[in-house]
Amino acid sequence: MIIFDRFVLDNGLRVLVHEDHSTPMAVVNIMYDVGSRDENPEKTGFAHLFEHLMFGGSIHIPDYDEPLQRAGGENNAYTTNDLTNYYCQVPAENMETAFWLESDRMLSLAFSEKSLKVQKKVVCEEFKEHYINKPYGDVWHKMRELAYTIHPYRWMTIGKELSHVEKIHMDDVKHFFRKHYCPVNAILVVAGAVHLEKVKRLAEKWFGSIPMGEKYMRQLPSEPRQTEARKSEVFSDAPLDAFIKTWHMDARLNKGYYVMDLATEILGGGSSSRLFQSLVKEKQLFSGLDCHHFGSIDNGLIAIEGKLVKGVDLDTASKAIDEEIEKIQSEMVNESELQKVKNKTESIIAFEDMGVMSRANSLAMYELLGDANLMNTELEKYHTVSVADIQAHCKEVFRQDNSNTLFYHCK
Amino acid sequence: MINRLIAPETIDAVHMKLQLKPYEHFTLDNGVPVYSIDAGAQDVLMLEWVFYAGNWYEEKNIVAATTNFMLKNGTTQKTAFAISEHFEFHGAYLNRSCYNETAVITLHCLNKHLSLLLPIVAEMMTDCIFPEEELAIYKQNQKQRLEVNLKKCDFIANRLIDEYIFGFHHPYGRYTSTVDYDQLQREDLVAFYQKYYTKGKCLVFVAGKPPADLAKQLNHSFGHLPLNQFGLPDIQFKPEPSEVKKYNIVNDAAGVQGAIRIARPIFNRHHPDFAKVQVLNNIYGGFFGSRLMSNIREDKGYTYGIHSYLQNHLNDSAWLISTEAGRDVCEATIEEVYKEMLILQNEPIEDGELDLVRNYMIGSLLGDLDGPFQIIGRWKTYILNYLTEAYFYNSIQTVQTVTSEELQDLAKKYLKPEEFTELLVV
Repeated sequence: MIIFDRFVLDNGLRVLVHEDHSTPMAVVNIMYDVGSRDENPEKTGFAHLFEHLMFGGSIHIPDYDEPLQRAGGENNAYTTNDLTNYYCQVPAENMETAFWLESDRMLSLAFSEKSLKVQKKVVCEEFKEHYINKPYGDVWHKMRELAYTIHPYRWMTIGKELSHVEKIHMDDVKHFFRKHYCPVNAILVVAGAVHLEKVKRLAEKWFGSIPMGEKYMRQLPSEPRQTEARKSEVFSDAPLDAFIKTWHMDARLNKGYYVMDLATEILGGGSSSRLFQSLVKEKQLFSGLDCHHFGSIDNGLIAIEGKLVKGVDLDTASKAIDEEIEKIQSEMVNESELQKVKNKTESIIAFEDMGVMSRANSLAMYELLGDANLMNTELEKYHTVSVADIQAHCKEVFRQDNSNTLFYHCK
Repeated sequence: MINRLIAPETIDAVHMKLQLKPYEHFTLDNGVPVYSIDAGAQDVLMLEWVFYAGNWYEEKNIVAATTNFMLKNGTTQKTAFAISEHFEFHGAYLNRSCYNETAVITLHCLNKHLSLLLPIVAEMMTDCIFPEEELAIYKQNQKQRLEVNLKKCDFIANRLIDEYIFGFHHPYGRYTSTVDYDQLQREDLVAFYQKYYTKGKCLVFVAGKPPADLAKQLNHSFGHLPLNQFGLPDIQFKPEPSEVKKYNIVNDAAGVQGAIRIARPIFNRHHPDFAKVQVLNNIYGGFFGSRLMSNIREDKGYTYGIHSYLQNHLNDSAWLISTEAGRDVCEATIEEVYKEMLILQNEPIEDGELDLVRNYMIGSLLGDLDGPFQIIGRWKTYILNYLTEAYFYNSIQTVQTVTSEELQDLAKKYLKPEEFTELLVV
């Protein structure tokens, strides 16, 4: 049970406080309700580039990192398709430094031309390092384009192509900042060796006077129900054939999300999972295999992907996957198999909750989903899933006409 | 109105009191030492069995890593599947990793399942059978994985730079080829297993919220095993750094980035300059605010990241600069790396920068000591390196007191471009 307090400033900033006096540190975590799904399709990768620009100086403070490091703190940030999160950890005595820094960049950035110029280059190198200069680096670019026709999950957080990042202007930056980076679109979590009253005082002092801004009303096109199987083939100079198949699944808060999360584990979690045992160990069609999903807030994708053992052809591998899918659709999974993945989930949650930084991040995430207390009811939701639920949802999700298959051929 | 131009008052982290929580220590009936940290809020545990079974002790390439990997792949009583199923059913994670001197088995679990899991871990230390079928699958999949990795310039660069610094004969400089997998025999694994696991030298580290009967439970499963009865063979390797100081390798003619590694041999933690060099390294390339990062990423945008670090070896070590940079700016990046060395040699570090790094290092250490797994991790490093807690407090004192002059002298001594080996893989 994670205990926390919650209050809202007059400008709409939601503040959550989680005290844990077993650590000497304080964590200050700010989540903004903006991700790459909120981008203009012609300027993808912007939310992530913007995250870099948040470190390029704010209106009163030329450098974000330096004063924080001087206070003994460390920080980082990440952007996903759904959200952008900034977090820092600092000795609790110096917590106010984080309030000062975070509030100043919420008030206004410095909008430095130099920072924009340099960070565009840095992000392009990040793009190259992870998505171009690696075998199979483009797999998920291609899969997202295949699986989504109109929803902005069609592109990756890093962006569709380098040129999108390159053509971003300072006007875009200013507009994006005003639209998304205001108190009413943000959640502040303060955790660790902190006291509620002090956090209230500091939040009011540093964030209270920032203009509220306008609540961002997200109106994304929802992806129409897929009615026909899609397939695409890629030829590359990667050394092994690879197979990826995805199916659309429920949004984060729906029951189907929890059911399919467990089904993912049954199929592909660990070396006792069905796909690993059958296709890597027994049939030896794949040299490695994964079944996973992205935990997306909107309707996401469940994926099975793996590299083929040399000499096996993609059709054979694909059929073998289909057989496993048919099996989980036609026969109920064992109670003990379901119990296993529930036990694993319980354990994952317990380990995740060990670190105060991870707890702060989860609180912000659940608050963004609508209610921070969801963090405390999550395990219960997994416990209510039955073997019949698994079968019913697998039948619904793993339909061929809901599937997207990518054959990645080596030369 | 508040004045946002003025930073809030801070307490210098450098003066904060840091304490390394002491461990509980006891010995099993067979002499296996156990080190334990009780510092958790959650009812979870991490247990680590450290064996001296790294590639330092193998006579044939990749035997140590393969033996370690296959500990989970079958015993006289259980198939690979049954072993995985047992741990996973109880929500536990059983991992194994092989390093240079040591190889470990790590268990993460909820306390309530511990007694059901320990006997199986013990079985993995005494009853592994290394089935031919499992070995064949492993070889096939590892060879294919290697083939994918060999397409990556960073992977190639990491292998080669170690070879250039230590020599291929040395466990730190050696790497694997397809032929090594082909030549692996089941008998190699069995022999290595018996010598270095079943009758090997073992230490146990525990962290989390250990149950009151931890010693009893461990003794029950492990206290009677023939561990720690025989001494380790005395095997020594001498590094043979390459005479050539500059390498250019083309791995992918169409690649858009190059992997840069620039390295020199350096001493280990027992050298009197080690702690001071750590401070110098932080200033040079050890954190986000370092000079390499500020110049090469934040000013020039040549790379997503550039880091320098001292390798974490028990014996001889290396000081390394590592980055992936745009193909057209690799040469310019390398030039800046050397330029920053010379600046550290020629100009004293200003107080402001040095104070910042001191505070950052102490603050970061304070954060690192947060939680039982982190605390035991630090103790494990010390114990395996034959260091005591004095090392912890002396290192802190060094961070607090090392002077700008001392750091400049160290830069003159160790940051000499001509003593570094440079590698660019595109």
